Parts: sequence; C-alpha cells; structure tokens
Amino acid sequence: MTSLPAAPPRWRRGEGLRALAWLSPWIAGVSIFFIYPLISTVYFSFHRYDMYTLEFIGLDNYRYLFQDARVAASARNTLWLVAFMVPATVLFSLALAQLVIRLKAGVSLLRTIFYLPSLVPMTAGTITFVFLLNPATGPVNHLLSLIGIRGPDWFGDPAWSKPSLTLLGLWGCGQLMVIFMAALLDVPRHLYEAAAIDGAGPWRQFRSVTLPTIAPVLMFALVTNVIYALQYFSQAMIASRVAQGSTDSPGSSFSPGYPDESLLTLPQWLFQVGFRDYSMGYACVLALLLFGTSMIFTLILLRQFRRAEEAS
Amino acid sequence: MSATITAPTPQALARHARRRGTGARRRRLLLWIATHALAVALALMFLAPVGFIALTALMTDQQALTSELWPRSWNWDNFAEVFEKSRLLRWAANTLLYAGLGTLFTLVSSVPVAYALARFRFRGRRAAFLVVISTMMLPPQVVAVPIYLVWARLGLTDSLWPLILPLLLGDAFSIFLLRQFLVTIPRDYTDAAKVDGCSDFRTLVRVVLPMARPAIAAVALFQFFYCWNDYYGPLLYAGVEQENLTLSLGLATFKAFHSVQWNLTMAATLLVTAPVIIVFFFAQKVFIEGVTLTGVKG
Repeated sequence: MTSLPAAPPRWRRGEGLRALAWLSPWIAGVSIFFIYPLISTVYFSFHRYDMYTLEFIGLDNYRYLFQDARVAASARNTLWLVAFMVPATVLFSLALAQLVIRLKAGVSLLRTIFYLPSLVPMTAGTITFVFLLNPATGPVNHLLSLIGIRGPDWFGDPAWSKPSLTLLGLWGCGQLMVIFMAALLDVPRHLYEAAAIDGAGPWRQFRSVTLPTIAPVLMFALVTNVIYALQYFSQAMIASRVAQGSTDSPGSSFSPGYPDESLLTLPQWLFQVGFRDYSMGYACVLALLLFGTSMIFTLILLRQFRRAEEAS
Repeated sequence: MSATITAPTPQALARHARRRGTGARRRRLLLWIATHALAVALALMFLAPVGFIALTALMTDQQALTSELWPRSWNWDNFAEVFEKSRLLRWAANTLLYAGLGTLFTLVSSVPVAYALARFRFRGRRAAFLVVISTMMLPPQVVAVPIYLVWARLGLTDSLWPLILPLLLGDAFSIFLLRQFLVTIPRDYTDAAKVDGCSDFRTLVRVVLPMARPAIAAVALFQFFYCWNDYYGPLLYAGVEQENLTLSLGLATFKAFHSVQWNLTMAATLLVTAPVIIVFFFAQKVFIEGVTLTGVKG
C-alpha cells in the first residue's frame, strides 16, 4: 500500500494487484474452509472412515444412500418444510408488514413486539414452544380445553410436530417482516393513487401495484428461505431432544427426528452419522447430497442478484 | 382509505398512510378500529409465550407440572436455584468470549474485503462477489467433516476456538452486508481522497469507515447475536463437558437434566433471553436499519 500520486489515471494503475492483496485473507479463508473441505469431502465419500482407519470402498457409500430410510424420511420432511413452512412464513411476514404499515397509532411499539421474538435465542424459543404446546402441562391445550377443543399432541405427534415448528417459525418472522415493510414503503405512492382513480379496489391494487414492485424482494425472501429450509437443523434438533427428554451426553439414547423421524432433516442425519456414529465417509456422501440440492437454489439466487445488479 | 395521521409516526410511514379519502368518514373509522384491533390481538399472541414462561418460572416445581396458568406463590428464588444447579455464569462467560472475540475478528477481517469488492475495479470482481453469496448460503454441514478433522488433529475440539478463529479470515454474510452498503457510497468521495494522495488504507479509515458506521454497527450486532444464539457450532465443537458449553447449548441440556422442573427450565430460558432483549432496546434503530439492508438490491 504505497502512497499514491495525484493524477487520476496513475492511481488506477495496479488496481487488480491491490485488490488481490486486500482480498488475500478472504481468499485464504475460502480455500481453507470451502474449497479444500469440498475436495476432501469428495475423497472421503469413497472411503470408510471412523477417524482411525481409512478404507477405500468405492461407491458403497453412494449405494447405501438409496437404501437409507432416514434419507428418504429427511427428504420427505424437507419437502414438507419447503411446501408449507416456507410459504406460510413468507406470506405471514408479508401480511404482518402490510398490517403494520397501515397502523396509525402505536406503530413503533407494535413493530418492536412483532420483531423481538426473532432475536430470542433459538434454544430458548424452541424450549418455550415445546413447553407451551406440551399436551399435559402446557397452557395452549389448557386454553383450548376451556373452549371445548381437545388439542393435539403437538411435538409428541408425528403429524403435528412440523406444524408446531411452523408456529415457532411464524413467531420468529420479525426479520422478514422488517424487510417487507421496507419494500412496501418503497412502492411509489402515486401508483396507488393512479390505480385508485382507475377504480382499482384494495386487492386489485395489491396485485397490479404492490406485487410487481416488491417482486424482487419477495423472490429473494422465498429463495433464501428455501435454502434455510434445506439447512433446517437447530430448532428441529432441540425440539426432538427436549420433547424426548434426551441429553447429548455419552450413553444417552436419542432417536434423531423424534417423534418417528418426523423432524429429521438431512443436516441432522449427517450430524448424527458423522459426529455421533463416526461414519465419516458416509456422512460425506450426505454432505454432497446437501451441497447439490442447496446449490440449485443458490444458483437461482445468484441469477436474481445478477439481474438486480444489471437493473441498478 | 383512511384519515390523516393522528400519532407521531416515522415520515415514510406517514407518507404511505396518507390516503385521499373517497369513502365515508364512518367507514374509515371502522377500518381504523379493525386494523388496530387485529394488530393488538396479534401483538398479544406474540407476547403470550414470554408471559407464560415468566409465570411458570415463578411457580413451585409441583405447580409447574400442572396445567395451571397463575402461580399460587411467587418463587423468586427459582432464579437463584438455576445459578446453583447449572454453570450458567460459566456458560455466559464462554458465550461472551465466542460472541465478543468473534465479532471483533469478523469486523477486522470483513471490512477490508467488502471495501475491496465495492471499490476496486478488477477482473473477476463480480465472480468474487458471487463466491461470497455462495459461501454465505452454503449449509455449514456440507464441509463439516474435513474441517472437524483438521481441528481434531490440532487438538482444538472440545473448545470454541474452531468457531472463533476462522472469523479472522472473513465472514461471508458480513462481507455481503458491508459490500451492499459500501457500493452506495458515491465514488466521488473515495476518488477525491485518492486525488489528495491518500493510500487505500487511509481512504478506508478516514473517508469510508466514518460514512459506513451504520452498516458496521449492524454487522457487529448481527454477528454478535449470531454467535450468542448459535447452537449448531458449539454442539459440534464444544464437547459435552458442562464447563465448555455456551448458553444456547447449556440451556438445551439443562432441560434434560432437570426434566421434571419446568419452572427452573423456564427461569433459565428467561435468564438466557434477557440480555438479548436488553441489548435490542439500546440498539433498536441499528437493528431495523441493518435488517432492511439485507433485503436485497444490488
């Protein structure tokens, strides 16, 4: 980093090299924590490895992938998350944002209340919901029984465990709500006025004015949330553990994805296989599967970014 | 669709809210009431979980096992008991180390990278930015096995160092967020500094950093919260010794060890959540602005 002479064309010189110097720590980071491990993962995927002995087994790990019932269960659960939880969270956040920007009184207080749960540590939030929805002692089923409804078993019932987590997701949707609020406030006022003069009702205004303007933000939110659904780990893991009453200490029994693998996702199964059962070779195959699926959506995201950059 | 502003609201909200009224006054009033009633009802539902854990945290352990909602006696010493029965302070210290050092490292390493991506013109600049986004979206489990093996060989597993040290080489999300902000700083400012003979480093420190304060504050807060709340990372590396755990991880095991004492679990949950909420109230504006920054746009 030399001090630079005054003439504009001169200080542009060597910008590529200077950029390289500035980026070098990050390039090292990407090499050590992304490129090397990715290559290494491919290598291990052809081996049986338990941290002590390494044995080449060809495609056996890949073959096992197709017989592994847990992988099938994980795929089904992830599909459910993508099909129901992601749209529910995105739509609810959007609706909440629409509501908040229409408020005239108490805006900042209400916005804070809706935003705060998204900051609650995941562990605390998940434990809270497992408690709230506990069929025997939790307040939710108690309140439901007061109005004559027999509440479900929530985190104890394979059919209700994912909806329970979805409720937790809706509770923590504050970040997305704030993003949508910003996008909605960016919609030019005069477009609504023009639409109103043309006799467009609220729904028509939403479809013809709001939706096209916020479309990039909406798409971005959908794609990133799909990627987060593919990575879904902590909430599901904690809910399973707490509902089952299991610790992570050695010798403690734990069925991943409790109840009935209904909360199992690929990252959790990978964690169990690789770091609790120490089948690291097979864990690497699971890692590559996870990499492949998330890469598809990352590419969609990158295309959106390129479009946004070109537009601006 | 409704009347003029009655409460002090941010300007942008106000601009949006002002509508040329065509309907009757009465209809607008009804709509006003309906919107606000819905919002208040939802707000109560958002607050309810916290209310229920607070009430349960104050019950006796017998009462916490019933479905009663209101404590018969107020057992404030439940909180003291949490400290006695767990290593809560130790976990807090570990978490603070992870979050504090992690945030510091992230800022030191990510600001220069974001600056270079936003300002220097070089071949592969766009490709580099796309790599940032890709690594940002990469599920951490994908590369976990080989990285874990490296840390194990270095003898650093059963500690939080494998989570802290990599942040010295940049954090993708922070780089992304900072870059998004830095590209909005007009080139004229940095060019003028260069013309005056400032080095790249001086330009960054003297011109760019002061202008980027809101973004840097947002990144610092996000990183701090990310580390503070992280469950997966400590689960992978911290091991099972109680004294190595973080608050998130410790809280998850707390329930298992005291499974019949929902009151204590709820008290611990409140204790873990409280610092986060307190920090939020001091830095609310930074948060909201920072989140808006993540929304998209090139």
